[in-house]
Amino acid sequence: MNVAIIQSPGTNCERDTEFAFNKLGCKSTIVWHSETSLPAKTDLVVVAGGFSYGDYLRSGAIAQFSPVMQAVRAYAEKGGMVLGICNGFQILLEMGLLPGAMRRNQGLHFISKYHHLKVVSTNNTFLGKMNVDDIVNIPIAHAEGNYYIDAAGLKSLYDNDQVLLQYCDAEGHISNPNGSIDAIAGICNKNKNVFGLMPHPERAVDTKVLATDGAKMLKGFL
Amino acid sequence: MKVKVNVYLKTGILDPQGKAVHHALDVLGFAGLKDVRIGKQIVLDLDVASEEAAKAEATEMAKKLLVNQVTEEFDIEIVR
Repeated sequence: MNVAIIQSPGTNCERDTEFAFNKLGCKSTIVWHSETSLPAKTDLVVVAGGFSYGDYLRSGAIAQFSPVMQAVRAYAEKGGMVLGICNGFQILLEMGLLPGAMRRNQGLHFISKYHHLKVVSTNNTFLGKMNVDDIVNIPIAHAEGNYYIDAAGLKSLYDNDQVLLQYCDAEGHISNPNGSIDAIAGICNKNKNVFGLMPHPERAVDTKVLATDGAKMLKGFL
Repeated sequence: MKVKVNVYLKTGILDPQGKAVHHALDVLGFAGLKDVRIGKQIVLDLDVASEEAAKAEATEMAKKLLVNQVTEEFDIEIVR
């Protein structure tokens, strides 16, 4: 499987993402923001995490207009699989490819730690190989992960099985680190080909970093 | 012509920075403080002929990039 990993100035998770997907047997290509097209035969686009364009104005606000993101938009609109991790999720929200927006964390702090997540829906490619209520423990690292959507939007997310992941504790009880509505950690679009999550599965794919739960999640795309 | 775009979080959207500053002002002893909201101001210098044109141009910039209308609202001020 061919994975295209998007890198803007300030992106810092492209190597981890490359490592993770290559470990799963994929062929990864890092694509610089000024490219106007994606590599031929791309099976999955991953918009990697970091601080694209220094997070100036708002996280993801400027990256959404880069040349390569226009190619990503066209790819997504044709039904191509797109995964946004952390800042990548923020970019997809700013582009309107996913609904809602990010606010600053409720507690104001940048949060960097392992956090448990609960699988809410498996009716999609990304989490299709997992089970509802499965719990994974993977790193989160963000200052603006406080997901917001209005009441009508939230209802629509649930009605269409678009809520993928919620923050929880080790037993699966809701535990909200950043103030996100309904402790939402990840969502997808209505067509179920664009996915976004704040936690970092690509940082948890090797026993050397003590965690492999991220690999369980990313395997869904294989 | 200079134009100020003032960006605010919508009413009802939690403003953690405003809350933190509110708390600090309380601690400093300022009584009777009901609320603190923090926004941002973007000053544009536009090469346009009229105030109407400046307002129209700034509004388009706000909607396209400067403001995320899911969580934010804005107003535009012409600097005279």
